[in-house]
Amino acid sequence: MTVGQTATLQSTGAPLPVPSGHEEEWRFTPLRRLRGLHDGTARPDGKVLVEVNAADGVTVETVGRDDARIGRITNWSDRVAETAFENFDRATVITVPREYVAAEPTRVTLRGEGIEGAAYGHVVIDVQQFGSASVVLDHQGSATYAGNIEVHVADGASLTLISIQDWADDAVHLGHQRIVLGRDARVRAVAVTFGGDLVRLFPQVTYTAPGGDAELLGLYFADDGQHLEHRSFVDHAVPNCRSNVAYKGALQGSGAHTVWVGDVLIRAEAVGTDTYELNRNLILSDGARADSVPNLEILTGEITGAGHASATGRFDDEQLFYLQARGIPAEEARRLVVRGFFAEIIARIGIPEIEARLLTTIEDELAQSFS
Amino acid sequence: MSTLEIKNLHVQVDTAEGVKEILRGVDLTIKPGETHAVMGPNGSGKSTLAYSIAGHPKYTVTSGSITLDGADVLAMSVDERARAGLFLAMQYPVEVPGVSVSNFLRTAKTAVSGEAPKLRTWVKEMKGAMEKLSMDPTFAERNVNEGFSGGEKKRHEILQLELLAPKIAILDETDSGLDIDALKVVSEGVNRFREGGETGVLLITHYTRILRYIAPDFVHVFVGGRFVEEGGPELADRLESEGYERFLDKATA
Repeated sequence: MTVGQTATLQSTGAPLPVPSGHEEEWRFTPLRRLRGLHDGTARPDGKVLVEVNAADGVTVETVGRDDARIGRITNWSDRVAETAFENFDRATVITVPREYVAAEPTRVTLRGEGIEGAAYGHVVIDVQQFGSASVVLDHQGSATYAGNIEVHVADGASLTLISIQDWADDAVHLGHQRIVLGRDARVRAVAVTFGGDLVRLFPQVTYTAPGGDAELLGLYFADDGQHLEHRSFVDHAVPNCRSNVAYKGALQGSGAHTVWVGDVLIRAEAVGTDTYELNRNLILSDGARADSVPNLEILTGEITGAGHASATGRFDDEQLFYLQARGIPAEEARRLVVRGFFAEIIARIGIPEIEARLLTTIEDELAQSFS
Repeated sequence: MSTLEIKNLHVQVDTAEGVKEILRGVDLTIKPGETHAVMGPNGSGKSTLAYSIAGHPKYTVTSGSITLDGADVLAMSVDERARAGLFLAMQYPVEVPGVSVSNFLRTAKTAVSGEAPKLRTWVKEMKGAMEKLSMDPTFAERNVNEGFSGGEKKRHEILQLELLAPKIAILDETDSGLDIDALKVVSEGVNRFREGGETGVLLITHYTRILRYIAPDFVHVFVGGRFVEEGGPELADRLESEGYERFLDKATA
């Protein structure tokens, strides 16, 4: 089966081209801040330590490059993903056994040890038939990091995958997630990005059989000078699958830049597809910039639904006035509005401890803007 | 027991065509227990008066004063005015996505009274107030003003009025867009707020209909940014039969 963005797909042979910055998929990314992750000049001696706290019944192994479970996905969508795949030392393989329903999330902490030298990571998540689990990838510390996540959700299985980018201010992180869904398989992939100098994440979903359901959620908060980029690609190539993409971001401070690009392709054979994507950005102060690009390409008329919505707005002074007119001080009113803005996404995450942590993080981010 | 005093208030606003003076010398005193109806045609500046008292940043006060029991209201921020006891029921209440009515009300009550209300009594109080306004209990879990009908928005404003218990209530065309049943429910809420005889009400309206349910002590006719005539409830009856025409000449004179 063909996977990956048709425009950039190259399955074998020569390495993918080094991006110049003029390509559609790189035009928003400041390449000079990637520290050579994109052009092979990065020295591959950086370290990102992996620490795992597995749920009962879920197997987590650290394996070498030759493990047979690695590389079921070969056609990486860009040079960075390809470089990461060629250079990682050891991979983390998470297996949720057939029909096993994990009660607790499995937590994987990836902690960067410094920005000198690039680090490459690889994680495989294999949810077997009718299995169900949550996996939290928590990125922390300082790093120059490129990582790939291979996700296989088998027939009737379900996975909640949460990737938290809570990096230190100097981290650079380019991440790809390749999610393959079986018949009636479900995935909820959540990206939460607060930290890092530059973060660029790219989840891609493919369906191998009907009935697949992908929910891609994102929440980001960019401060002074941060570049936080989220791209997604959902490739509907089989009938009767569903996808829902919803990303929300807040920006504050000069030079804060966020990018959201949501690609959805409904191929001719994907009749009965139901898809919707949404991006909302809330600009809290001058000097911040949010780019938002939904791309919906539909090659069949026989779909259940397809739509997209994108909006970027400034903090609404009328909301502020309304709340203040009820006695609520300006700072608290802003807090209410921003929390409210993110509430819809947070409520969909489904893991209470993560929801609570995000609310705290949002409070912290807002506290910075008041100080 | 509070008195709101407005003296020689001049207010201007920046428009695309330049600065425009909207209030041109407003004098008004609202004593405890008094209800003042302010009536006027569209564009007379009635709403500007309401928003200027509440402190909307769009309006600039160029001269005059507003005091509440002698305290300088114009020196207060919007939230300080509300905490001092002023309440504006808005004509077009604003949506606040993701913030539930119950969270909003509790936050506002905490801000106004200076301490968080006791959970048990608060929930009871909120439910009781909602019931009196014929509001469904599920209303509390909806997002503030999001998807509310016109009538629901006005009930929600009056719900806040009753729960926050200010000293002075300014009602900006609360009757607009309400059918007669909703108007009665909303008026009953305002009358409960007036019951003790210690609160003041500034009721801004275009129509006399609401004055049949909320009896005013004074009626003021507002045209061209200032009061052109004042009287008792009988003035409202004259407006009902004669309209505003005879005042329009007066204003431009």
